[in-house]
Amino acid sequence: MRMKLDKQQYQQLLEQKSPNSPLWKDCLKAFLFGGAICTVGEGVSNFWQSRGMDTADAAAATAITMVFLGALLTCLHLYDKLAKHAGAGTIVPITGFANAIVSPAMEFKSEGLVLGLGAKLFAIAGPVLVYGISASVIYGLVLLFMGGGGAA
Amino acid sequence: MIERTGQRTLKFGKKPVLLSHAAAVGKKEGDGPLGAQFDYVTEDDRMGEKSWELAESRLQKTAIEMALKKGALQKNDLDFILAGDLLNQCIGSFLASVDSNVPYLGQYGACSTMAQGLALGACLVEGGAARRLVASASSHFCSAERQYRFPLAYGGQRTPTAQWTATAAGAAVLGCKGSGSLRVTHALFGKMVELGVKDANNMGAAMAPAAYDTLKTLLDDLDAAPRDFDCIVTGDLGHVGADILLTLFRQDGIDLSPVYSDCGSLLFGDEQDAHAGGSGCGCSAAVLCGPLLRDMQSGKIKRLVFAGTGAMMSPTSVQQGQPIAGICHAVVIERSEA
Repeated sequence: MRMKLDKQQYQQLLEQKSPNSPLWKDCLKAFLFGGAICTVGEGVSNFWQSRGMDTADAAAATAITMVFLGALLTCLHLYDKLAKHAGAGTIVPITGFANAIVSPAMEFKSEGLVLGLGAKLFAIAGPVLVYGISASVIYGLVLLFMGGGGAA
Repeated sequence: MIERTGQRTLKFGKKPVLLSHAAAVGKKEGDGPLGAQFDYVTEDDRMGEKSWELAESRLQKTAIEMALKKGALQKNDLDFILAGDLLNQCIGSFLASVDSNVPYLGQYGACSTMAQGLALGACLVEGGAARRLVASASSHFCSAERQYRFPLAYGGQRTPTAQWTATAAGAAVLGCKGSGSLRVTHALFGKMVELGVKDANNMGAAMAPAAYDTLKTLLDDLDAAPRDFDCIVTGDLGHVGADILLTLFRQDGIDLSPVYSDCGSLLFGDEQDAHAGGSGCGCSAAVLCGPLLRDMQSGKIKRLVFAGTGAMMSPTSVQQGQPIAGICHAVVIERSEA
C-alpha cells in the first residue's frame, strides 16, 4: 500500500497536530527564575563586601558560592525540579554551569571514576568551555591588534 | 500452518495459546491510572541494584518469572526467550536471562519490541520450532535517559510533544497447546515508513504513519472494519501520534476512534507530567501483559489488535541529521469461549 501523504504534506499535518512550547510563558518564567538567582547572587556579593572584600574579590567569592549552591541543589535533585519550570532561567546563570558538570558526575560514576565520571564530566559543559575559551582567545587577539594595546 | 492472507498478514492455523502473562512496573507507572492492574509495582525504581541497567534487567526478570509462575511453569519448560529493550546491545534483556539456561533471541524494534517478539514467537510456535516460549520487553526511565538524553539531575526542559520512557516490563508465554482461552490468530510484520520527521522529541509523529500503514493493511487483508474488534491498541504513539493516526484514518473515511486506544496515552494520568504520554519497550509490553490481557481473560475484550510502534533512531543517527523512521508490528489476539 502506498502512503497517501508525501513528506511535505505530512510535515504540515504534524505541525498542526504538535503543540508548541508555550514561548511567552517560558520566557516569563525564565526571566523571573533567572532574575531571582541573580538577585541571590547580588545578595551574596553584598554579604562578601560587607565582610571586607573589595569588589573584585567579592565577585570571585560570589561565583564560588553560587557554583557551590548550584552543585548542592543538583546533588539534592532539586535543581532539575526547579529547572523544569525555569528553563533558560536556570541554565544561563553560573549555577546552571555547576549543574551541567555535577549531574554527569553523579550519573556516570556507575561506569567507574576514570571511564565514567572522569570521561563524562564535561559531556554537557564541554562545548561551553571549548567555544567560550575559543571566543575569549579570539576576542583577546582582536583587542591586542586593534583595540589599542593599553591592556597589553 | 502459517498462511499468508491478503498482502502481508500471517494467519495461524493452530493459533498459538497465550498461556500466561505478567507485567512489572516502576513507582510512577504504579501511581498511574492502570496501577492496580499490574502484577508487580516496585517502590524503589533502582530495585536494590547498583546501576539503572541492572535495575531494568531485574524488572524484566521479575516479569518473566511472574509470568512463568502464574502459568505454573518453570524456566526449563521454555524452548526460547525472545526479549528486547532500548539499551545499547540490549543489555537489559540479556542480563535478565543470562542465568536462565534457555536459548535466547535478542529483539530490537524500539517500542515495537513486544509486538515483534510476540509475532515472531507465534511463528516459531505455529511452525513447530518451539513448544513454549516467552516474549518479553522492558524499558527504564533512568537507563533510557542516560543513554538517549541527559543525566537525571541535569536541569533541562521537555517539549510538550516529548514522551516519557516508562519504567516497565511485560512478559507473555506462548505455547502450542494449553488450556488458555487467549490465542494469537494473526500477525503482521510492519514496514519502516519514513516521512522526514527529524525531531527526537516528537516520536509519536514519526511512528504514526507506520501505524497507519500496518493497521490499514491488516484491516484490508482481513477484510475487516475497526468495529470487528473490541479494541485496537497502538503502543506507544502518545497523544500527538494517536491524534495523527486517527486523522490519517479519517481521511480514508474510517473512524477508528470508537475502538482505539494507545498504551502510551493510557499509562500515565494527565497530572503525572508525562507530556505526550508514555513510551519505551516496556510501556506497550506492560500495558498488554497487565491490563489488556486481564480484560481479555475476564471477557471484557474478546478480539484485540495489539500494534506495537517503534521509532527507528539512535542519538547518533539523529545527531547526524538522519530522519526517524517508524515501524509497527501487529498481532491479533482472540478469546475463544470455553
